Amino acid sequence: MRYSALKILKEGLSGNKGWKPAWREPEPKTEYDVVIVGGGGHGLATAHYLAKEHNITNVAVLEKGWVGSGNVGRNTTIVRSNYLLPGNQPFYELSMKLWEGLEQDFNYNAMVSQRGVLNLCHSDAQRDAYIRRGNGMRMSGADAVLLDEAGVKEMCPFLNFDNARFPIKGGLWQPRGGTVRHDAVAWGYARGADSRGVDILQQCEVTGFQMDNGTCVGVYTSRGSIKAKKVAVCVAGSSSRVMEKAGLRLPIESHVLQAFVSEGLKPVIPGVVTFGAGHFYISQSDKGGLVFGGDIDGYNSYAQRGNLPVVEDVCEGGMAVMPMIGRARLLRMWGGIMDMSMDGSPFIDKTDVPGLYFNGGWCYGGFKATPASGWCYAHLLATDTPHEVATAMRLDRFMTGRMIDEKGMGAQPNLH
Amino acid sequence: MSTEQSQRSQRNRVDGGLIDRSDTRTFEFNNKLLTGFAGDTLASALLANGQRLVGRSFKYHRPRGIVSAGVEEANALVELRSGNLTEPNTRATVTELFDGLVAKSQNHKGPLAFDVMAVNDALAPFLSAGFYYKTFMWPKAFWEKLYEPVIRAAAGLGSLSGEEDPDVYDKGFIHCDVLVVGGGPAGLWSALMAGRAGARVVLADEDFQLGGRLNAETHTLNDQSGASWAQQLIAELESLPNVRVMPRTTVYGAFDHGVYGALERKTDHLRLSEGKPRQVLWRVYTKRTVLASGATERSIAFGNNDRPGVMLAGAVRTYLNRFAVTPGQHVAVFTNNNDGWQTAKDLVNKNINVTAVIDSRDTDAPFELNGVQACMGAQVASTSGRLGLKRITLTSGKSFEADCLAVSGGWSPNVHLTCHQRGRPVWNDTIAAFVPGADLPSGMLVAGAANGELSLSDALRSAQRVVNEVLNDLGLSAPAEALPTTSDSTVDITAFWHVKESKGRAWVDWQNDVTTKDVAQAHLEGFHAVEHLKRYTTLGMATDQGKTANVLGLAIMAEYSGKSIPETGTTIFRPPYTPVPIAAFAGRSRGKNFRPTRLTPSHDWATELGAQFVEVGPWLRAQWFPRAGESHWRESVDREVLQTRASVGICDVTTLGKIDIQGADAGVFLDRVYANTFSSLAVGKVRYGLMLREDGIAMDDGTTARLGEHHYVMTTTTANAVSVFRHMEFCRQCLWPNLDVHLISATDQWAQYAVAGPNSRSLLQKIVDDIDLSNEAFAFMACAEITVCGGTPARLFRISFSGELAYEIAVPTRYGDSMIRELMQAGEEFDVVPYGTEALGVMRIEKGHAAGNELIGTTTAANIGLGRMVSKKKDSIGNVLSEREGLNSESDNRLVGFIPVDKSRELQAGSHFVQTGHAVVTENDQGWMSSVCYSPTLGHSIGIGYLQRGQDRMGEVLDAVSPLTDSSVAVEVVSPHFVDPEGERLRG
Amino acid sequence: MMINHPLLGLRDAAEFVYLGDASLINRPDRDAPDAAAAFYEYLHLRDNPAGTHRELWYHEQGDRSWLVVTRNTLTHDIESVELASDVARQQGRDV
Repeated sequence: MRYSALKILKEGLSGNKGWKPAWREPEPKTEYDVVIVGGGGHGLATAHYLAKEHNITNVAVLEKGWVGSGNVGRNTTIVRSNYLLPGNQPFYELSMKLWEGLEQDFNYNAMVSQRGVLNLCHSDAQRDAYIRRGNGMRMSGADAVLLDEAGVKEMCPFLNFDNARFPIKGGLWQPRGGTVRHDAVAWGYARGADSRGVDILQQCEVTGFQMDNGTCVGVYTSRGSIKAKKVAVCVAGSSSRVMEKAGLRLPIESHVLQAFVSEGLKPVIPGVVTFGAGHFYISQSDKGGLVFGGDIDGYNSYAQRGNLPVVEDVCEGGMAVMPMIGRARLLRMWGGIMDMSMDGSPFIDKTDVPGLYFNGGWCYGGFKATPASGWCYAHLLATDTPHEVATAMRLDRFMTGRMIDEKGMGAQPNLH
Repeated sequence: MSTEQSQRSQRNRVDGGLIDRSDTRTFEFNNKLLTGFAGDTLASALLANGQRLVGRSFKYHRPRGIVSAGVEEANALVELRSGNLTEPNTRATVTELFDGLVAKSQNHKGPLAFDVMAVNDALAPFLSAGFYYKTFMWPKAFWEKLYEPVIRAAAGLGSLSGEEDPDVYDKGFIHCDVLVVGGGPAGLWSALMAGRAGARVVLADEDFQLGGRLNAETHTLNDQSGASWAQQLIAELESLPNVRVMPRTTVYGAFDHGVYGALERKTDHLRLSEGKPRQVLWRVYTKRTVLASGATERSIAFGNNDRPGVMLAGAVRTYLNRFAVTPGQHVAVFTNNNDGWQTAKDLVNKNINVTAVIDSRDTDAPFELNGVQACMGAQVASTSGRLGLKRITLTSGKSFEADCLAVSGGWSPNVHLTCHQRGRPVWNDTIAAFVPGADLPSGMLVAGAANGELSLSDALRSAQRVVNEVLNDLGLSAPAEALPTTSDSTVDITAFWHVKESKGRAWVDWQNDVTTKDVAQAHLEGFHAVEHLKRYTTLGMATDQGKTANVLGLAIMAEYSGKSIPETGTTIFRPPYTPVPIAAFAGRSRGKNFRPTRLTPSHDWATELGAQFVEVGPWLRAQWFPRAGESHWRESVDREVLQTRASVGICDVTTLGKIDIQGADAGVFLDRVYANTFSSLAVGKVRYGLMLREDGIAMDDGTTARLGEHHYVMTTTTANAVSVFRHMEFCRQCLWPNLDVHLISATDQWAQYAVAGPNSRSLLQKIVDDIDLSNEAFAFMACAEITVCGGTPARLFRISFSGELAYEIAVPTRYGDSMIRELMQAGEEFDVVPYGTEALGVMRIEKGHAAGNELIGTTTAANIGLGRMVSKKKDSIGNVLSEREGLNSESDNRLVGFIPVDKSRELQAGSHFVQTGHAVVTENDQGWMSSVCYSPTLGHSIGIGYLQRGQDRMGEVLDAVSPLTDSSVAVEVVSPHFVDPEGERLRG
Repeated sequence: MMINHPLLGLRDAAEFVYLGDASLINRPDRDAPDAAAAFYEYLHLRDNPAGTHRELWYHEQGDRSWLVVTRNTLTHDIESVELASDVARQQGRDV
């Protein structure tokens, strides 16, 4: 069913009783060309692009809960391509370009809203680092603008310029950055994939991998065993747990990242703002809620909830940089489980097991990567070669010493 | 206004209640002056004045009135106060009335009664669940430019002032044995028994008046009224020294290991906070928690059930019994349980006209009420009245006059805190509600209505049981006290969720305008997982987080999908229980107090000199020392550099980390943590050390001095002082626990000054006691423990960051201020100059030293030309992994120097290098400029940076490009050692 | 979270800094023939179970002890807390 304003009009006039399911709920087949494990944003995007770009449609997406129940549905919805390193930046810029054409691509309004991402800087050294970054962005074809204090003030007069512990010296602004309605991304990709014949199987948990002579030939699931020529795991947050079933250890730790939303308010914050002298970033949703977050809690966790020290730390950062939000009330806090990799960057790669592929390690930056991750994973699955913007995202890079360490924190996942 | 006048204007006031009629309070709602009494909430005072219309709904801008008497309020949200004290989205139902209160309704354009945005209501068929996902896609560019701004402006509820919150907020910490959450009958009883047993008890209740439903109902306990029985218990609790009673305190979250978050409202019930903390954010550490948080009544979905005047039946009793207000003069009741009947009875007892009781149960009425028509097995199909309820119509066609309809759909236990650690509630058919599951937060027990024990006698019995268990766990003996005899009745509910034959839309979530049709559509479109339902329709996502709506929506979805409610699931409750101001979480850590500020020992002295300070991590350091007549910072910095290089300069370097290392194995230990060797360092000597992380990347650098056979002092960079110390403790305790070595951070214990320049020796010679500073006696890289100024202990190191003949002198911190003044005085004859971090930075760039801009966590020893320092003769942290292929490629970046070909050009830090004339694209990127400065010594801009194979490219000319700052400068690759490359000065 | 420090009793976890998998105590021998692989695995392939996890915490705002905390990553419940130096010695880390 194609969506349009006309369709809404027609349905509205007939009592909204003619809507059809957004995607089918088929029974699992016994065999597929590709089985994608994980019905989150990345898995669904992979299925969509496999079908659309590579014409591989005999595909199933296996989801243990409901579509989009992972991190695609519990993030702070920011998209940007403002990375430092050549191993990352072109990938995220591809992602940004895909975001820009996404809605027309899958006929679903995910509310891609390019209201800009502003990273504040508070010291000369930080500004130097942002200039290096901004130049790298521009060289990759992305947009970046350096703002001085006056420029920041003009854009965000409500920031704390007068009484700051760490004064605002300027900022790096990416006008094309912004936010996207996160659930709609999962739903849009699900519709896109489904409409091209991909089976989306909810409540279908993978319990093991079928191995034949060291080759992965399928999966065992809570809805029966399914054969596959290729099995593509895409379960960030649960990567270690799932890959362990195939006997693989990963350079990944699972950590909890909390996020917060306030009560709905009339618009006060134009785009995304990040504080450079503490852990705090914020945007305002179309519904009016201030959506904000900060650092991970810092300890291994699969509990999908965090603790107070980080809540307080984030709000301290918020009050330090924009004290006008003080009387807004925090409405809801939640936690998601992050695949924190050993250098803060992700993996899109074959594994040592033939037939088994891996996509994960997205740390807390997976949402913005969703389109490119699906695009590049589909490319890898279809061609068995890495996409040109994802060549650095290899599983063996810690063995070879070719890390992609944006923050320079080394093999310490909770510092990335 | 006199009391008499104000009572006359409060036309819905009735007798009784817990208000103080002698204390009249005047307030303003939408610029209209009204009065109420002490003990009122804003909501009860508005109802007393007959103000039914109080706001507009989120999407359709429907007229809305007060529906509840508590925190679950979905409609009556106001902007409270004004100016920078504005509090948007404030629930009128829990706002204590104070004299001078000012409130405005929200979310309408034009007057509340004539909101032009109400046009949305007419468009409702096209604005159903998820409509925005299906349109606004064409043309593409219109989203940000047109559609979204319109949607954003229309969305949201109240407004922030845009100004800084002027109030102060405190944080507090409480430790107790038992935290009792909720001061209703179960909570009061639990707290009293625990208190009498001697436990340290905290009793917290969100209301200003403890007692919970006892204040709202007409129950009796031991022939006392509920409210007076509550008063008696509260009085005893307040008299116990081991009990802390905290009204106006919401326990908003349950966190790990018995940590609870609570918000106490200190001045919200006053007109002005007058400098006192507005609120206190408590962190409660408790051994056991009794959750006695009560229950929340639900509505029933029927046609136009959102009109002002449609209220929850329990709330009607609260207004009637506690606040002495009747929400209407002709009240009807719609119920699926006996509780609705209680409302009718209480109203009749106050002589309010009850027009009908409509009961969805097809049974006999539980009791007869004189003059009240009972409609059993009946349902309300619709209501009428543009801005407030006038009539209700039943599915049978019968209709009744009513300006208030009291609705009871049954009660949902407030299980929220039981879910904060991912516990799942379970469905209980008897009360048609979710009750706490088995996986409670550890240490939590649930009592009373929160546990599904809804009648008063059951609640008290469960409290008794729970508190006995708690006391037993704590090793205390429960006091022998019989429970009071109570009057109450059973709930007797038959689940009934929505009227299928409704005329008009039937609301499930009032605030977010989610109707039964939206639920039906979500089901049609396959969004039947409960999280899908919530996310697709926005059910339960408003400021009330679905306290009254969630179960209703879930039950209706269950019906559509032909599944049971437990099969359909439940959404998880997340903290906070009720919204908490962001400022309360921040407390006093804002403004200048966001983080502590560390000052160096020379800070006062530098302030006297008018130094410009800069934030360096937690420290404030002098950046430069402007002199009269200098109008630009460069003038000051150039002068400081030139004068230092010409004569002598002094800089406070106290912020560098200092770690004292002692023990028989100190040398062995250092050999393992440093890439290079320290056990061979002679006593009285200093060596530059490079420390790697285990992954082979440079972690930190600095100098380490050997003061004795078993005694070293290490310096770290300012930024890494803490992390290096932590790392070394890890090495000591976890890797080599048997080495005889001990560490202590001595950063705060020593004030340290760099004295640099050709006259530094002459200057210091005047300060030190009996030590020969000649090059022969105290050569480059010498160190000694000495005395200065006639016996003051000091440490002297002959090290140089500036490249000049230089020393660093350290004295115990308490002498730091005197020392800088002595040094300056002694230096007068040499025209000594104090220099700040800028001049320090210029001189280190001139010398090509890597610093913070270069050691960025991806830097190898080879990148900074120190590859050979990584000794292969011994094991050390990072040794093995530094050999990985990817870190040792031929094309690796190397730190080199750059000068502009046209010396008048300025270099830009953060520029990237591309070969001359090549396109400025990622593929051609060959490195970047890490630090630049104007070199007053050379008279032009210089820079250092990383360039692929830089060591082999001396003399090559490249483009240093910075599209971001719109600059491109031709640069020549040179040695990074711009000044005195042979190091003759520092050895002189 | 609260950590029951073996020397100091119950302390708020906010006083501590987290490192991770306690197997970081078992630093490989650089002279072993497979040292490169052993160090790669030691540093990068850490345990990441959904359940009981032995992990290192450092009492930075306290007595500077490194602790081995046995904690459940699904529930955050803590089973035991030991001094890391004791654990290291028991595991045979000597000079």
